[in-house]
Amino acid sequence: MKLPMYLGLLHKAEATLARSYRQIAEGHGAEPDIHFLCLTLAKQCDAHQQALQPVVARYGEVSEDDEPERLHADGLTETRSGPVGLLRDLQDLYLLANLVDITWTMVQQAAQGLRDTELLDVVGRCESEASTQLRWLTTRMKQAAPQALIAAD
Amino acid sequence: MVDRITDIWGTRTPFARGESWPVRVDQLLADGVGEADVDRWVQSACVLCSNGCGMDIAVKDGAMVGVRGRAVDAVNQGRLGPKGLLASWQGVATKERLTRPMIRENGRLVETDWDTAMERIVARSRSLLADKGPLSHAFYTSGQLFIEEYYALGVIGKGGIGTPHMDGNTRLCTATAAAAMKESFGSDGQPGCYTDIDECDALFLYGHNMAETQTVLWSRVLDRVTGPDRPAVVCVDPRETEVARLADVHLALKPGTNLALMHGLVRELFAHGWNDEDFVAHHTLNVEELSAAVQPWTPEEVARTCGVEADDVRRAAGIFGTSRRVVSTVLQGFYQSSQATASSCQVNNLHLLRGMIGRPGCGILQMNGQPTAQNNRECGADGDLPGFRNWENPDHVNELAALWNVDPQVIPHWAPPTHAMQIFRYAEQGSIGFLWISATNPAVSMPELPRIRKILASPGLFVVVQDLYMTETAQYADVVLPAAGWGEKTGTFTNASRTVHLSDQAVEPPGEARSDLDIFLDYSRRMDFRNKGGAPLLDWVGPEDAYRAWQDCSRGRPCDYTGISYSKLRGGSGIQWPCNEEHPGGTKRLYGDGIFPSNPDYCETYGHDLLTGATVGPQAFRAMAPAGRALFKTAPYSPPHEEPDADYPFRYTTGRTVYHFHTRTKTARSKPLNRAAPDAWVELSVSDAGRLGVAEGDIVSVRSRRGEIVVPARVGDIRSGTVFAPFHYGYWDECGSPDGRPRAANELTMTDWDPVSKQPVFKSAAVHVERVAAGAGPSAAPTTTASRPASAGSVPVTVGGPEAQAQETFAPEALPAGSAGTVSAGPVLGAAVPATTVGELS
Ligand code: SF4
Repeated sequence: MKLPMYLGLLHKAEATLARSYRQIAEGHGAEPDIHFLCLTLAKQCDAHQQALQPVVARYGEVSEDDEPERLHADGLTETRSGPVGLLRDLQDLYLLANLVDITWTMVQQAAQGLRDTELLDVVGRCESEASTQLRWLTTRMKQAAPQALIAAD
Repeated sequence: MVDRITDIWGTRTPFARGESWPVRVDQLLADGVGEADVDRWVQSACVLCSNGCGMDIAVKDGAMVGVRGRAVDAVNQGRLGPKGLLASWQGVATKERLTRPMIRENGRLVETDWDTAMERIVARSRSLLADKGPLSHAFYTSGQLFIEEYYALGVIGKGGIGTPHMDGNTRLCTATAAAAMKESFGSDGQPGCYTDIDECDALFLYGHNMAETQTVLWSRVLDRVTGPDRPAVVCVDPRETEVARLADVHLALKPGTNLALMHGLVRELFAHGWNDEDFVAHHTLNVEELSAAVQPWTPEEVARTCGVEADDVRRAAGIFGTSRRVVSTVLQGFYQSSQATASSCQVNNLHLLRGMIGRPGCGILQMNGQPTAQNNRECGADGDLPGFRNWENPDHVNELAALWNVDPQVIPHWAPPTHAMQIFRYAEQGSIGFLWISATNPAVSMPELPRIRKILASPGLFVVVQDLYMTETAQYADVVLPAAGWGEKTGTFTNASRTVHLSDQAVEPPGEARSDLDIFLDYSRRMDFRNKGGAPLLDWVGPEDAYRAWQDCSRGRPCDYTGISYSKLRGGSGIQWPCNEEHPGGTKRLYGDGIFPSNPDYCETYGHDLLTGATVGPQAFRAMAPAGRALFKTAPYSPPHEEPDADYPFRYTTGRTVYHFHTRTKTARSKPLNRAAPDAWVELSVSDAGRLGVAEGDIVSVRSRRGEIVVPARVGDIRSGTVFAPFHYGYWDECGSPDGRPRAANELTMTDWDPVSKQPVFKSAAVHVERVAAGAGPSAAPTTTASRPASAGSVPVTVGGPEAQAQETFAPEALPAGSAGTVSAGPVLGAAVPATTVGELS
């Protein structure tokens, strides 16, 4: 069964996303909404990892992927500056958050096949938050894009 | 005669539930002017708070010389409060008014003529539009202008220039009221009305110090509370306000924890089965989500988080859950605090759960602060499209484009409209180069003033300021335009209960000052904004043209004005929208039929996630099939963003005093009001003051991570660990800048805002307090209200003196035969006055 590998992927993706939110929060402190919300969302990602713990305890977690890594999603280690830099950083977050979101969906599919109510319950609580994170990032980028791309120097 | 500084709410006229509030006409004429001297009375309404009390202006020899409340007006039944009586005309008829335009030459502002000033604006506007396009332009307006002026500005900005960067100081004041109603019901629009106070069995005030913010509405409450069947009163406020003193339950929670408390109250309704299951089933959506979200919030958990007693939470919930008719009013204690929209939505949720909406005595009043804030929200001079249209709905955008005969592409609708805080951020970054500020004073009223001053002073930003006075903000302007004030121009505006009033011009503006409408129309003409047909975008000549255009724009929308003409507004009471062929007399309450404006084709918004502000979007909203049902919306509680710590151990909150409005540009020019509250202060609790070695009147330094104020201390009745500062005080009547004596409350506040309403969080920050010097006597804080000293008698009582004496006239038929109808202050006339509604007294 390959579910443990996907649980590992999910765990890692949530951890990477949490770290990246914190990175952006720190690097874009002059945008208070982004600063505070990224901190809140980082905590959400921490909680998602916590929520996975009992499931991981049952299935185990494989951190070594036997599929070769083609796309590297190591998270953000630095932030850019200026309006376009902000937009690019948010876009990077968006990619990471998408990876999290779709991985939850895959895990949900497996949970349904396994009729694992505990896992379904965990997915139910976390997946909607993950997709709201995506919607927030979209909302915020749509707001920032015209100004950054047209009016900013 | 009654001293209305000491006796803020005037003489009581108690009445019972279901009776009409007795008429009491308040009048104050200038010293030496008798009623017989008045040449004429001109109809208007007060613009010194959101209550919008109907009043007439006394004119003698071409000057305003007094005011009296309009007995026929449903809002105030003749009454006026201290500000209305003492600062309406006194606040504008002064020698300090701006009378000529000014432009900056060699770094200094110098007087000039209108042509030169306007051409300078137009030249900058044109060159920026050519170089950078519409996103270089921003307009920051007010909650003080008239419908006609907002709508003109809305059309210019959205249909002429096409910039999304338009907002008002309404963002600081009522953005959350609008946001909460949009999220819960699908559109802005006050469900309740003031007569609900006459009908209720219980009254909840959430972060609403009504006694000081809307004094005439509070008179109405006092008259119910002193009447034969007193409604229960519940107050949520960290300070011992007049409201708190009168309350049956006072929940003096820690600032920043409103949502936790609200979760607890909602949970109690579920736990005790107090919900109206039938109403919930037929008229709402998402009750399961709400119930799950509040589950953890037992009264004990609330007590731990909010610092209140668990039993008080139970008692408050019990009153809400078991009273037949409950009125809720909400204001800045919620709107300017963390999780503002989510907390305010929980008030709506409580009413929806009990099915208490749209019926007499069951009103929700998501209040406004400013007199015309409602109109900024309606007319599109802020971050909304005119007529509560939905920027995400292409049909709504097309309707506006057709109405204005412009290309729909011009109207900014590709992203949420830019809120005030973001406008200032873009100005800080240099991508906005043109900022036109009308009738507001951000250099005192916005959070984190050191930053705001830097932005306004930045050389790349061209600032136009349009005002009555040389404000702190005007000092930074490149062009200053002198505006006509209240009584000097004609226009309409709408109070917090949807009541529309007409304010007729009584006198000429001073010098060369012009109405805000004339100024906007002049700009539009000079910029040569045209519609698709090549005709001028705005061809209005005067206010009534603008008003008729607005009526057209409002047709078929929730705020339908088509049945309210100028002539219908003359003579009688204000009229509540919607008013159209279907509702020719206006509409007292919304949603009596349980149908809400949530239909996706009709709604003003598809809504947001309340934790993050993420938009729901058209597809997901349609998929919910709201079909006229209200939505239960909420968010998980999260603690305030800046919590006290070892370096900044106190919670800091800001607010109002009854004697001032905004940054005191009008009220400080009224001698009695200014004497009553002449200078800034901070309030400390007795125990905190003791620990810090601070005595009444000692000078303290209050510091946050952003700045410092140095002001006298009032040792008062505030919650320990919390410090309060009034936000009215700036520097225009000092040396013009904070140097030497910083006293503006917003030196300390944070740049942070609610994710949905984008309203700044003024009411939670962490500060350090320390005594710096002995005082020269007690602080100047008023003794008559929440700022009273903890030990009574230690400080001289606040009095008004001869200039603050107002006349009170009670309903003539209620008085003994032979009485002239005028009584002096004294014992409560009280229950002796049978409740009657009478016609206009004159
Ligand atoms: S309550 Fe408000 S509107 Fe009425 S008189 Fe006082 S300040 Fe004016």
